[in-house]
Amino acid sequence: MEIRTASKLEKILKNGHMAVSSECGPPRSSDAKGIIEKAHLIKDHVDCINVTDNQTSVTRLCSLAACIHLKHEGLEPVLQMVVRDRNRIALQSDILGAASFGINNMLCLSGDHQSFGDHPSAQNVFDLDSIQLIQTSRYMRDEGKFLGGGDIEKPPNMFIGAAANPFADPFKIRVPRLAKKIAAGAEFIQTQCVYNLEKFEKWMEAVVERGLHEKVFIMPGITPMRSVAMAKYMAKSVPGMDVPKDVIARLSGVAKDKQADEGITIAVEAIERLKQIKGVAGFHIMAIEWEEKVPEIVERSGLYPRPIVD
Amino acid sequence: MIVGEQKPFDEIWAMVKEHKQITVFGCNTCVSVCHQGGNKEAEILASLLRMMASQEELDIVIEDSGIERQCEHLFFEKVNEKLQRSESVLSLACGIGVQFIAAKYPNLPVYPALNTTFLGDVQADGLFTEKCQACGDCLLGVTGGICPVSRCCKRILNGPCGGSTNGKCEISADIDCAWQLVVDRLEALGKLDEYEKIIPIKDWSKDRAGGPRSFKLEGF
Repeated sequence: MEIRTASKLEKILKNGHMAVSSECGPPRSSDAKGIIEKAHLIKDHVDCINVTDNQTSVTRLCSLAACIHLKHEGLEPVLQMVVRDRNRIALQSDILGAASFGINNMLCLSGDHQSFGDHPSAQNVFDLDSIQLIQTSRYMRDEGKFLGGGDIEKPPNMFIGAAANPFADPFKIRVPRLAKKIAAGAEFIQTQCVYNLEKFEKWMEAVVERGLHEKVFIMPGITPMRSVAMAKYMAKSVPGMDVPKDVIARLSGVAKDKQADEGITIAVEAIERLKQIKGVAGFHIMAIEWEEKVPEIVERSGLYPRPIVD
Repeated sequence: MIVGEQKPFDEIWAMVKEHKQITVFGCNTCVSVCHQGGNKEAEILASLLRMMASQEELDIVIEDSGIERQCEHLFFEKVNEKLQRSESVLSLACGIGVQFIAAKYPNLPVYPALNTTFLGDVQADGLFTEKCQACGDCLLGVTGGICPVSRCCKRILNGPCGGSTNGKCEISADIDCAWQLVVDRLEALGKLDEYEKIIPIKDWSKDRAGGPRSFKLEGF
């Protein structure tokens, strides 16, 4: 497969390795120390690190600046970009800015609605949607042009990703929606956290049936549960999250001080089972404010050591 | 039609109480349908203000009046004289009517009694729902007759987002997911295949973003 960018993630995936990505959230501070430390906890066990963009609409140090900090540490960041807060002028400008620092990956997202965050009275932008952001970033890279038609002297050269949530409704368009993102230009997909393995398998079956797994690299999302309380919260209060009752029952069945260990084991077992599915190209391990557990999950899942690509 | 909601009474009172005379002025078209701004509501609001004035022992003359539409010169003929001798007007029209009065009577203070809330329909008795944002470039032809601009909280043109659950929006179980409705409609019309066509990046210059809009009929 032709390597198009300088992205390490692209090289790993196109060389046929199972990729592992993870995720760090920037701090609510002008001091980037927190995210740099988190990234160092996981850097030897993952191929790249997503940096979230004001996740849940809570204002934080910006994703682009945090990516630059990680890049300066010699790490491989994935710039998450939501279309909630910036119009096409700002988005394109940030893409150029990111590329100018050698940030080689971006993930195009809608973003949570501002009503979930710390500024519910904010205006939202949504000049583009996430699919149109994928189109925009591919157009800038492949055609060397801005949306407005002007030429980009040195186009950004980034590996372009998107999210997919197989568990949101309506289920019947979840595969067509993936097809739309691929048609828009998505090259890799990181999914919503997978707990309902049967439903994910059903979705992947339909993905493979349409041959979509040959057009995009699909990385299921894995988030270990720290406690039964977290599982219940995610089941009840996180939109688009599917936490089956048996996961909650399994966590409830162990003593409180063992629930975190059980959560890790559930995550490892999920990876082992999902690895067997045709079309799964890697894993996106999101250990929310629990980054120190990523190495253990990666090692126990047989995904360590990470391949070396140049 | 345009839907409005009366402002909290205290807010209205604070705006107008400095005056010695107030004409409480109804608009008997759109905002009368939602029982917020018609001539009847003007009458009721005027009596509430009179009671308040008397409670606070303020000597204010409060009269009520109204016309069919506060957004067109034609309808002002019969009240022109009354408005000209008013010291202030409390308009129960939408923001359009309030501004029409401000432009028509340059020296007359005018206050809004309503918050203009949205362009909507009458879903059921007493239930009004937003259906249009006047974006200036209608997409309903490709979205099965459901508007994602006004009805999706993220106005996603290629939805739904990952937060759609059981037909409802991620922000509230009281809000239908517009894209669930689009998908259901396309399916009912036998056009679900069209879901996969990407709706192109929108030209928002025809929306509010492009500045105040107007159009002129030629030959008038």
